[in-house]
Amino acid sequence: MSDDHVYLTLAEGHEDDTRWAYGTGFEDPLYGVDTAVPDGVDREGLAALCLALGDDALVSAQRLAEWTTRAPELEEEVALANIGLDLLGQARLLYARCGQVDGTGRSEDVYAYFRAPDDFRNVALAELPNGDFAFTIARLLILASWRLAHFERLTASPDPVLAAIAAKGVKELTYHRQYAAEWVVRLGDGTEESRRRMRAGLDGLVPYLGELFDAHDAKTDVLAVLRQVTEAADLPLPEVPSCQGGLGRDGAHTEHLAPLLAELQSVARAHPGATW
Amino acid sequence: MVSVLTDARRARHIAERVPDPEMPMLTLADLGVLREVTVEPDGTVVAVLTPTYSGCPAMAEMRAGVAARLSAAGYERVEVRTVLDPPWTTDWITPEGRRKLAEHGIAPPGPAPRQPSGPVPLLLSATRHVVACPRCGASDTEETSRFGATSCKALWRCRACREPFEYVKEI
Repeated sequence: MSDDHVYLTLAEGHEDDTRWAYGTGFEDPLYGVDTAVPDGVDREGLAALCLALGDDALVSAQRLAEWTTRAPELEEEVALANIGLDLLGQARLLYARCGQVDGTGRSEDVYAYFRAPDDFRNVALAELPNGDFAFTIARLLILASWRLAHFERLTASPDPVLAAIAAKGVKELTYHRQYAAEWVVRLGDGTEESRRRMRAGLDGLVPYLGELFDAHDAKTDVLAVLRQVTEAADLPLPEVPSCQGGLGRDGAHTEHLAPLLAELQSVARAHPGATW
Repeated sequence: MVSVLTDARRARHIAERVPDPEMPMLTLADLGVLREVTVEPDGTVVAVLTPTYSGCPAMAEMRAGVAARLSAAGYERVEVRTVLDPPWTTDWITPEGRRKLAEHGIAPPGPAPRQPSGPVPLLLSATRHVVACPRCGASDTEETSRFGATSCKALWRCRACREPFEYVKEI
């Protein structure tokens, strides 16, 4: 241990180099966490919840990552990528928890890379193509507010692992929501063109909002945020449809999910079990 | 018993000095992510870490760094555990850690915000609070981006000395 730099420390004493990439088994996101499931917890329900919230996060992270090299400014590219990274981290923890709870012991990679579109349970809103920056921002505001409302409630989950994942996520989602809200105001209260686009972005979400407010009780919180932010932006409040049956939560997706997953999963499927 | 206690102190001392992979001027103790180091009766050293952000890619490196240092110090059985609760906050960065950050041109965080329920704070002016420039000490600074090269840092610039700098944002 001659050197103080951690990367050099890591490079010592390892015969192979298979430590850094997907598929190496090197990193379990819940490694070393007490993962016992308390008695009386509905394991099936808990696993389904972890899977759905994990899928929302993974699919959102993939869409945000698509902005890399394409965002209007470098700062926004870094911001969207950072937000995506937080969500990817949440997805990894949730998938790992799902595999423990559903009894299959599947790893995060199995959930992310080796399931078909029909097996995904993300809400359809998350999988829609990015559109322009205003649409991406409008969607981020809604999804961050909605997820934050859930995670705040989940900090009281009877499952201590999910409660802890939620408590950490609350801090992250708060600044995701903040970022999106500020852009909605800036664009909505900006030029004629930015206002037109911001309004179109919000209106474009409407057909997909019903699903969000179906299964859970987060509608009040999200509507309060939406009302506050659109008022500050001097934009009309989009008409939020009443609750309707699940789409993505039931595995019924738009035509946009399959191509997204094809790209996300391509390397893992071309070289199953590969390490490098 | 005495030797186990002494041993725990020594093991803790070793684990504390492992540098953070992304801000190597800080040790894990400075960052506040090393929660506990104990020695079990059978001699196993148990070090407990907590992640900073859900997606923090440095967690595996931290874990490997702690295990490698302890092994190199002669501990044969080392276990690194993770605790998620309570979640890490920048309030846990020690005074020594804050001093080192500033010394390396990174502005240390202010007090972490309280829990988020309620409306979104919508102040469109970029600066919400005063962050002193870590180079010249001026308070005439502004945020250029709330997101930076790592999850934990924002980009700022000083209007007095014109230098950009990084700022560890409160969480």
